[in-house]
Order: sequence, then structure tokens, then C-alpha cells
Amino acid sequence: MNLSFSPEQEQLRDSLRRYLAAHFPFEARRAASSAEGRSPALWQGLAGALGLLGVGVPEAFGGAGGGSVEQMIAAEELGRALSLEPFAETMVMAVPALLADGGAAATALLGLICGGSATIACALFEPATRWSPARIEARASRTEGGWRLNGAKNAVAAFPSADMLLLAARTSGAPGEADGLSLFLVDPMAPGLESHAFPTIDGRRAADLILRDVAVGEGALVGPPGGAAPLIEAMIDRAIAAGAAEAVGIMRRLLADTLSYARVRRQFGQALADMQVIQHRLADMSVELELASAASLLATLKLAAPAAERARAASTARIVVSKAMRFIGQNAVQLHGGMGMVDELPIAHGFKRLTMIDAEFGTTDHHIRRREAIAA
Amino acid sequence: MDLALTPAQSDFQRQVRDFFATDYPQDVRAKLASGTQLSREDHVRAQQALNSRGWLGVGWPKEHGGPGWTPIERHLFDEELERAGAASIIPMAVIYIGPIVCAFGTAEQQAKWLPDILESRAMWAQGYSEPEAGSDLASLRFQAVRDGDDYILNGTKIWTSGAHWADWIFCLARTSQESRKQDGISLICADMASPGITVHPIITMDGSHELNRVEFVDVRVPAANRIGEEGRAWHYANVLLKTERLSYAHIARKRVDLARVRALAAQTPDGDGGTLRDDPLFLRRLVECEAEVEALEIAVLRALTAEAPPAAVSALKILCTECAQHVTELFVELAGRARAPMPDRSRSGWADVAPLAPPHAMSGVQSYFFERAQTIYGGTSEVQKTIIWRNLGHEGI
Repeated sequence: MNLSFSPEQEQLRDSLRRYLAAHFPFEARRAASSAEGRSPALWQGLAGALGLLGVGVPEAFGGAGGGSVEQMIAAEELGRALSLEPFAETMVMAVPALLADGGAAATALLGLICGGSATIACALFEPATRWSPARIEARASRTEGGWRLNGAKNAVAAFPSADMLLLAARTSGAPGEADGLSLFLVDPMAPGLESHAFPTIDGRRAADLILRDVAVGEGALVGPPGGAAPLIEAMIDRAIAAGAAEAVGIMRRLLADTLSYARVRRQFGQALADMQVIQHRLADMSVELELASAASLLATLKLAAPAAERARAASTARIVVSKAMRFIGQNAVQLHGGMGMVDELPIAHGFKRLTMIDAEFGTTDHHIRRREAIAA
Repeated sequence: MDLALTPAQSDFQRQVRDFFATDYPQDVRAKLASGTQLSREDHVRAQQALNSRGWLGVGWPKEHGGPGWTPIERHLFDEELERAGAASIIPMAVIYIGPIVCAFGTAEQQAKWLPDILESRAMWAQGYSEPEAGSDLASLRFQAVRDGDDYILNGTKIWTSGAHWADWIFCLARTSQESRKQDGISLICADMASPGITVHPIITMDGSHELNRVEFVDVRVPAANRIGEEGRAWHYANVLLKTERLSYAHIARKRVDLARVRALAAQTPDGDGGTLRDDPLFLRRLVECEAEVEALEIAVLRALTAEAPPAAVSALKILCTECAQHVTELFVELAGRARAPMPDRSRSGWADVAPLAPPHAMSGVQSYFFERAQTIYGGTSEVQKTIIWRNLGHEGI
């Protein structure tokens, strides 16, 4: 057993942190958020200067190798910088599914992703699914030479700027059944794909999608037809691990910023940080963070485990990290007083991103049920 | 002791309920029900409707146009207003400065300001907090220097609700340096059109513009705009502060919100073929909030009808505001992934930007963000706990 980072991993963290501090300060984040909800220049930088977009991709596919611990490190640092980029959607969720498929379309797309010229949006959930892929209602029906898609996908993160959509639909079976799910690559500009894009609470962009007879070819299928449930579950668990890591990065940022503020803010003739009630609150935040970062590590290290073990660890992480996100997020705002409420400081943005992470792949209640349903 | 309303109180309650159902601007209720933010004009019409019944100057004595209600009548009125989903009375003029002008203003000041407030011709802003004086309000630095018949005002006020549409602002200003920092503070009103006043919007994390920073550079106001004696403002502010601490209670609004959560839960899929209404995890949190509100109502009524010690008032501030925050968390849980969209709710048709998201999801998460302020304004929860600690044991436990 070894729970230490290797020198190469430490180096990845350092170089990424330095790069983000230099190229994506909070002012750049605000500007990117009001412009298009992300920063293509930063994405290029991650691909080029850092080679980050090859992490997790074998060299044979144009990647840089590495694995889930490297992705965890990346997600944590992107979180600390309050990144808006579709790293989790593209690198963490889509890439392994494309690798598993290994077909021509998937392989071509992998090359584009590693080079920084394609991002992916993942459309799994629908208004009625909450976070259970088995409840998916969107349908794909056979046509000559391909499939025809119908249904609705809500709040698809990073859609408006994505070059490709990875979409889950039902080729057989009924809502409530895991069998019958399939994954498709869909061109965002495909006729019949109606999109309603909007700014999100965390400063990104997302879209509600309505599909009416969207035609895709035979090669659009990713993974086995009707048997994509395991792929989808794995995508979700990887996204949960990455989300936990991102949340840990954000919480480190919030704690550090709140500590700095408490040291300079003076009321009643002393710095806030000189008051024991504030000291203890900051200590409580740090206690939550300690557990959350361990939960994040657990979820990441179990990604290679058998599906049930992996899913159980992911749900464990969501339960622990959710509690920390609420406590640290809410108290970072509270200890900043009015300054915690304003759009001009990173605090509110970190808090809002944590609020979004809490919903992307299931709230605590969902994961309590999910964890109970998995045999120990 | 008796919880039941007297026949007269029941009559009053029915009268108020009928008013909101029929004589109140129904489009304002509809706008609020749909989660759309109100314009200044909407507020004016809503307040004018209240005033047509003589029900606007809620805390004012009868001779100045107040309704002369008992605390229970006032509570019943607040309850019916919130139950109807009507617009809250904007507190700065009516609730905060109005009663101070009634109690400590000159006859000229009363004649000049009170009718405009009651008829909603003038909106007011409250200039209390400063960048370096938040929880520690008494350390304020905003300066008023006497110059003949005028004061010259200099300084910065912050978190000023509605300053962008206000006609007047009442400011706590330092008129002299005293050994006790609560002394030497005066209450001075300024016409917002005075040269030297600049309003800078503060956008809060819910995306709304309600707060402002207001800069004063050599702003000249007549000394006749000072309310009461020079240096006595701390006393005036505190006389009325205690009763208004309970204005944060909003018991009926919490009840309305929780009833809505209960109804929405029955329509919200749990991802398992059922609804959240049947999910014991969700139900537990909902029922905990409901139970807390029921107990809070008794606590608030008790504090309104009997002399409430400072520790109890502070406890209620903490309980009522934290409970309100918990209610917003239920809306956020209901929203699920539909919490994502961030529409501008001051625009009509805002809900159309995300056709697959229920409107309550989008307004719910924005409320979750905005209501974080409840435990900050009006004395943070931490400050309230200090007050409780200082009083603990003085009155017996």
C-alpha cells in the first residue's frame, strides 16, 4: 500500500497550479464566464503547454498515459482555479468510453481531443430520471443505416461549445430497466436537435435539449447496443470522483481565502481571526476538508475496482463530500459577511460551483439510497 | 392562556384575508407567484393598495396615520400578507425610519416626510453599514461636519438596499468624537438628488441588483434634516431596533413555502419510479422544518405579546433566519439538476430560457443564494450569540 504521490504527480500538480495562477486568475474567470461561459484559450493551454488533455489516454491513441490519480490532481487544481472548462465531461467521462469502444469514429475523436481541438458534452439525464440512468426514456429506433433519436435531455453542461455530444438513449426495454441503454455520438448541429442554451449558476453554459427524429449513422454507436449501462455507470462514477476532487480544490481555495480575510478584517477592535469563535469555525472547516479529501481519494483509487465496489466508493465519497461542501461553502460566505454575497469576489463563485457539483451526479439523499442498494 | 383568537381578532383576520383576495393588485401576486422580481412601480401600487385601507404604516401611532394595531393584529396582518403571497412592505421607509420620525422628528419633518412615505411617493434607503463598520456598527466613520445651517457629509455607506431607486437616505453619521464610540452619532437625512452622492450597484451572487454602495463627497444637507438631538442617534436606533428584530420572523411565509415544497415533492420523481413525497430521507427534512416552524410561531407570538428578554429576541433572530435557509435548501433538493439555469428574473418570460426546468427550481436556487444574507444582516448569528451569552444567567434559566 502506498498513499503518497509520486514525484511526477507532485510535479504535475505544481506545474498545473502555477500555470492556472498565471493564466486563469479570478478576473480572467469572470471575463470568460460573462463571454461564453468558458475559456477556449485556457483549454488550448491545457492541451499544449501542459499536455493535460492526453492524461488518461494511452500513447497509442495520441495521449500521454497516466491514470485516474493524475486526473484527480488535475481536477483538484482546476477546482482551486474555479475553472469553467469541460475537463470532467470530455476527459473523465467521455474519453474512457471512447477508448472502451475503440471503433473508427471513437478513435478519430480521441485524436482530436488530445490535440485540444474537440470537447465533448455528455447528455445522460432527463427531467424524470433524476440521477438514475435506468429511468432514461429517450429512444433510439432503428433506421436503414443508422438510428433515429427522440427525447429530451436537461441541463446538459458545456453543450453550447461542445464539438460532439455523447448521448444515452434506449434502444430497447422500458424506463426502470438497465438493459436496453445505448450511447451515441451526436453532432450538436444535427437537424432535429433543438437546443436551449442558458448561463448556469456556476458561471458556465448548459442547455436543455429536445430531440425530434435526429438521425445518426451506424458508426455513431459507442459500446454495445442495448448494453451500455455498465459504461454509463462507470462514466458516472468517474465523474463523481472528479467532481469530488474538484470540490476539494474549491474548498481549499475557500478555506484559504476565508482565513486570509479573517486575518485582515477588523471588527470590535480586533481581527476576526483573533476571535475564538472564528478560529474554531475555520478549524471545523478544515476538519471537514480533511475527511472530504480522503473521500475524494477513496473514490479515485476505487475506479479500477469491480463495478459494485467502485460504485459504492463513489456514493460514499458523494455523501462525505456533500456535507463538507455545504459546511465549507456556507461558512465561507458567512465569515465574509456581506462580502461573501457579492459577485465580485471568488467566494460566491466557489460556493455556487459547489452547489452545482452537489447536483450534477446525485445529492446526498440519492447516494444514501444508491449505497444501500449495493451489497457490501 | 389561550391560543384561540377572540371573535374580534377572527373578524380582523377575515377582513385582511378578503382584502388580499379581492382589493389587492392581483397582478403583483401573480408576478410573485411566478417568481418574477417586482419593479419599483409594482411595489408602489402594492403599497398604495395597503394604504387605501390605512394598513401601510404598520408600526406607526394612529395620529400619524398608522393603523394602531395591537401586536397580535400586526402579526395577523403580516401572516395574511405572506399567506396571500403579496409583496412585503419595503421596510426602509415604512418600518425603519417612519416610526423614528413619528417618535423623535419635529412637526416640520413629520409633515414633510410622513405623507410621502404613506402615499409611496418617496422611497427611502438606510445608510447604516460601512465598509469598515458592519457587525461593529458603532465604529462607523461616516462624517457630518456642521457648516452654518448645513452639515457636510463625507463617507461611504454599503449594503444599501434600494439606494438606486430611493429618493431619500437616512444616515448614521459621526458628528463628534466621544470616548464611547456609540456617542457622537447623529441621524441625518439626505435627498438622494443632492450633488456629491454616487450610487454604485452591488450585484449579489443570485444575480440580482438590490444592494448598493453609496459614496458621499462633500454632500451639503440642511441641519434641519437631522432627526432628534445631535449625538443621540444610537439611542433612537435602539429604541426601535428591539421590536423590529422580530420582523425577520416571516412565519407565514415559511408555512406557505413548506406547503409548496410538500406539493412539489409529490410531483418530483425520486429516480426510482416514485416521488420525493414518499422518500423518507426527504420527508424527514421537510417534517423537521415544518415542526420547527410550528414551534417558532408560538415563540414569536410569546415574544410579541409579553416582554421578551434580549436573549430571547436574539435566539429568535437566529432560529427564524436559519430555518428560512433550511427551507431554501429543500427547494434546492427538489430542483435536482434543474438548479443549473441562472435566468434574469427581473425579465418577464424568464422561465422560458430553460424549458425543461420547473420555474421553482430556478427561483429556488436563487433564493438559496440570496437568503444566505439572512444570517448576516441585522446582526450576524455570531453577534446574536454574543448577546445571548452576555445575558445568559441574568434572567434565570
